Amino acid sequence: MSFTNHRKMQLYGALLLLPAALLLTTFAYLPTVTTVINSLFLPGFRGAPTEFVGLENYQVLFDDPTFWKVSRNNLIYAVGTIPTSIALALGMALFVNGKLRGRGFVRMAYFTPTILPMIAAANIWMFFYAPQIGLFNKLLGMLGFSGVNWLGDPSVALSSVIVMSVWKEAGFFMIFYLAALQSMPPELKEAADLEGTSRWSFFWRVTFPLLMPTTLFVLINALINSVRVVDHLFILTKGGPNNATNLLLYYVYENAFSFFDRTTAATITVVILVVLAVVATLKFTILDRRTHYQ
Amino acid sequence: MRLRPPFAMTALTAGLLSAAQVNADSVDLTMYYPVAVGGALTDVVDNLVEEFESEYPDINVEAIYAGNYDDTRVRAMSAMEAGETPQLSVMFSIDLYELIEQNAIVAFDDLVETDEEREWLDGFYPGLMENGQLDGKTYGIPFQRSTIVLFWNKDAFEAAGLDPETPPENWEEMAEMAATVREASGGEQWGVMVPSTGYPYWMFQAFAFQNGHRLMSEDGTEVYFDDPAAVKALEYWVSLATEHDAMPDGTIEWGTLRQNFLEASTAMMWHTTGNLTAVRSEANFDFGVAMLPMKTQRGSPTGGGNFYIFEDATEEEQRAAMTFIRWMTAPERAAAWSIETGYMGVSPAAYETDALQRYVEEFPPAAVARDQLEHGTAELSTYQGGRIRRALDNAVQAALTGQMTPQEALSQAQQEADSVLRRYAR
Repeated sequence: MSFTNHRKMQLYGALLLLPAALLLTTFAYLPTVTTVINSLFLPGFRGAPTEFVGLENYQVLFDDPTFWKVSRNNLIYAVGTIPTSIALALGMALFVNGKLRGRGFVRMAYFTPTILPMIAAANIWMFFYAPQIGLFNKLLGMLGFSGVNWLGDPSVALSSVIVMSVWKEAGFFMIFYLAALQSMPPELKEAADLEGTSRWSFFWRVTFPLLMPTTLFVLINALINSVRVVDHLFILTKGGPNNATNLLLYYVYENAFSFFDRTTAATITVVILVVLAVVATLKFTILDRRTHYQ
Repeated sequence: MRLRPPFAMTALTAGLLSAAQVNADSVDLTMYYPVAVGGALTDVVDNLVEEFESEYPDINVEAIYAGNYDDTRVRAMSAMEAGETPQLSVMFSIDLYELIEQNAIVAFDDLVETDEEREWLDGFYPGLMENGQLDGKTYGIPFQRSTIVLFWNKDAFEAAGLDPETPPENWEEMAEMAATVREASGGEQWGVMVPSTGYPYWMFQAFAFQNGHRLMSEDGTEVYFDDPAAVKALEYWVSLATEHDAMPDGTIEWGTLRQNFLEASTAMMWHTTGNLTAVRSEANFDFGVAMLPMKTQRGSPTGGGNFYIFEDATEEEQRAAMTFIRWMTAPERAAAWSIETGYMGVSPAAYETDALQRYVEEFPPAAVARDQLEHGTAELSTYQGGRIRRALDNAVQAALTGQMTPQEALSQAQQEADSVLRRYAR
């Protein structure tokens, strides 16, 4: 390859990269950098100039009991949503992958929650959860139980939010599992049948390991979603009662836009970024190595 | 080969050309506004804007619905940060301190020039002006303003053996009547519901004020949450559920409460008067609207949204914005707005218009919010308002859900508020 040709190819490559690089810089890298910078400064009181305070903002944040409560909530939320929605998605995918009457309809029914906008879904669920007039309490009432104040009682409010999220997510993850199941070579099943393998051990020994890349992908998505959740809190609980359902990103929003406290918002954001970076490293170093790609 | 400019380029050029052709004198205004009660209020606003534009062809107003009060503030503030400040907006009347602290808005006193304009500024109910004024200057003009009123279901009262035409006058009566309804319905129906999500501080402020207590100082630098009168108010609120079994346990959702009332699952509700028209059109039972009950005095905080004009706008734009605001708050428009929504007519003159007089005569509940204004107080508004309100919201919810006693909860909120406001108290 001649020199000029080589240069041309390089330029061509660079140009191909340019749009993505521009977008990433504008919407990911630059904001990240400014957020880190903001978290190290304290804006002056009534128009006074900002002041460099080093890690003081982090100190203040770690002394804030609400921050710990919100972090704990988020952990519970993650533990509550991720395994359940993945297990449910896998179960649903196996179910609708089989031979079954009205398969298309069932698939569609499972997938419907995914295409609803979060805000709309939350508005529907708000009326499911409403005491007295809500669907759930009406059902309980028919069975002779007294109702529960699903979103207004701090001991069940977070669980109620979790249930709605699982409902919303499981159908989405099901699609990935379904796609993976359908691309699985049928010879494996045939061979297993010849050997007389039970369905159970076929699932655990063959299907599940082969689904591992999908599981990993879904897991990462579920993890991101568990940190990203903010929209349905606006509708369902506004983080209440008494912060019982407040989650990290909603707390960031509150600080930034309800309290006009950009500094604290930036500080929490950096903490979230660091935690996610650690998780990502773990994923690349440990989980990836144990995953079989076909 | 023929050159074809990309579509975007064509559109841009066309846009520039047409912009240049528009009358040089015309002013473009952008306005954000919130809707906090649901319903088709956006249509009402759009129609008003259209009517205004046909009357003032040289002023173009782009009215953008921006969500609830918090969302609207966020939209306006982020637009400001991006250098795209709207010229005017309707925002929470209690956003005043934050807007002033950010140097975002101008005082109307500095914009008015003629006597007629000064007169307009003095024409509103003083009770509605309170949240929009600071240091003797007016920054916010009342628009979609409300007070909390008591809606009661006359059929439910009758079924429980109560006089359907007599709403509770005071706290004791409300608790008693509510308990009576609950008992008479065999536990099928609640007596009273006061919403405690969304804006718990607002409802609590009503209780406190009825007990003769104001929660904040005039200048927004101090709050008095843990005063015995406030504690007693919160104790009463909690007791409606715990002692009188007249209100459900836990928090009560702001957004579904109207539906609860319409389905007769509660005989009374406290809610903004902004719901009035919706309740009227949807209720299939006889209902009444009353002032809130009293302890030592009647009382409700005012609420809702004010017009603000932004500092960043040019002088010409600010004048045009004021023209628009004057038009929107003129008695006839204020009257029409009140009839369409249930929000208050913002000036005495609005209630003197034929339209509103006729409406009040035919539908007396429409005047309750105005009559209650006499017993009104400014909505909780301080420096660092978001954080202060959140502290109080948490305290109210902690007490209502039984996590803390009212005394503990309010003391904690007071401490939190004190440390936030420390640097503002001189």
